[in-house]
Amino acid sequence: MIVADKKPVEEIIEFVKDNKKILILGCNECVTVCEAGGKKEVGVLASTLRMYFLNQGKEAKIDEITLERQCDHEYLEEIRDVADEYDAIVSLACGVGVQFMAEKYHSVPIYPGVNTCFLGATEERGLWTERCQACGNCMLGITGGICPVSRCAKRILNGPCGGSSKGKCEINKDLDCAWQLIIDRLKALDRLDDYEKICPIKDWSTDRAGGPRKVVREDVQI
Amino acid sequence: MSVKTPSKLEKILSEGHLSVTSECGPPRGSDPDAIKEKAKLIKDYVDAVNITDNQTSVTRMSSLAACIHLKLMGVEPVLQMVTRDRNRIAIQSDILGAASFDIFNMLCLSGDHQSFGDCPQGQNVHDLDSMQLLQTVHLMRDESKFLGGADIKRPPRMFVGAAANPFADPFEIRTPRLAKKVAAGAEFIQTQCIYNVDKFVEWMKLVCDRGLHEQTYILAGVTPLKSAGMAKFMKNRVPGMDVPDDVVKRMADTPKEKQPEEGINICIETIERLKSVEGVKGFHIMAIEWEEKVPGIVERAGLYPRPKID
Repeated sequence: MIVADKKPVEEIIEFVKDNKKILILGCNECVTVCEAGGKKEVGVLASTLRMYFLNQGKEAKIDEITLERQCDHEYLEEIRDVADEYDAIVSLACGVGVQFMAEKYHSVPIYPGVNTCFLGATEERGLWTERCQACGNCMLGITGGICPVSRCAKRILNGPCGGSSKGKCEINKDLDCAWQLIIDRLKALDRLDDYEKICPIKDWSTDRAGGPRKVVREDVQI
Repeated sequence: MSVKTPSKLEKILSEGHLSVTSECGPPRGSDPDAIKEKAKLIKDYVDAVNITDNQTSVTRMSSLAACIHLKLMGVEPVLQMVTRDRNRIAIQSDILGAASFDIFNMLCLSGDHQSFGDCPQGQNVHDLDSMQLLQTVHLMRDESKFLGGADIKRPPRMFVGAAANPFADPFEIRTPRLAKKVAAGAEFIQTQCIYNVDKFVEWMKLVCDRGLHEQTYILAGVTPLKSAGMAKFMKNRVPGMDVPDDVVKRMADTPKEKQPEEGINICIETIERLKSVEGVKGFHIMAIEWEEKVPGIVERAGLYPRPKID
């Protein structure tokens, strides 16, 4: 899923401090799972903003809506009739949702209420970690199912570097060395010989480097 | 191993001499004398001088520019290049630039992570990794080709090497990893600083068992300790460094004013011990901001005078 983290409330206040009618718009997908932008967080942010305006002696109406998804035209249409009533909308969706909202509703400023962080998973309650950088050319098949692109701090394809120590990365003792994990996994699979195959120079044109990407599937287009 | 380049370092190694290399870090400024003075101190005592490439990710004068200063004063440089700061266009371009000044040695590295340096908020590139950089230099040198497939006019002629850290984890793949670097084209290897000689010897045995010592020249890395504090810092704070407790204790038990001398004694003892280890073909003396001590170390270790090569 896409993992996001809450934006500091001061930053959000800076966006909306002069507005009178504000919609806090949550998303029921990834950001709900990572507890950054679902219905619960919409409620918390709305309450915080109400307190702020009250303390400032200002009047402002803060509404709360949480959509099923913000990265889908169909669900965004649900606020068609009310969107224009607001001076500002704070979207707690990921960067995709915020942009889709902005593309659809031109007359209202849309502000991000979260920082979109990475593609990752919930390791335990309150801990999310990165697993994928969407390089567009998956190499998990040759690395024992562990991604060096997203999990090695130098995204080294023929690792580990000399900074791997006791299974941890040189940049942070709490961070697993991806290449230690790869080697452990290859060993468990009895495929350690594969370690000595040199991974060739990667085609990064399917990554961010190639410019904004598109997936076109004519077979499923209507 | 047949000689493939005009490199003086390669020639010395191919003739069976124990080689001696050292390294100089470029200055954090544009004064060329800063690097030239360092080179002058050591030039008659070493076969080639590595020039570090923004080591520990701290911004400095470029390795290539500093190598050119050395080359122009008749010192043989080893261009260190990290993959952290350049994409494949810049890498190939800098290799050609170095080749245009007849720089004949290059060391391929990934580089420390930028979070250790003065620009922790910067991007890192790692378009290639150090093995792929080795392959790139070989493609350019041996096949006169760019990565894009076009021909190179006047290809580079570089003796190409890599680093190896016998002490990093996991230990079991340290030899397979060296084998990979050799397969990628590492013609010489400069190792991480050796303080744990027993562990290094254990690693070298594995290297020799696989016959890798006959496919690449291994230069054992040594760094004289200046103080007990430095020994502790290297032990605890430098990633991938193995400083045994007895080395730290020996430094700590020495009166402070004698510690620099004791650090040099340890360095020379290490060289003496390593000389007889099968597969060790030379020494890479990294006297960090202590270049003036290199001549004495080389002399006392019985590695002076250096062989003369035409």
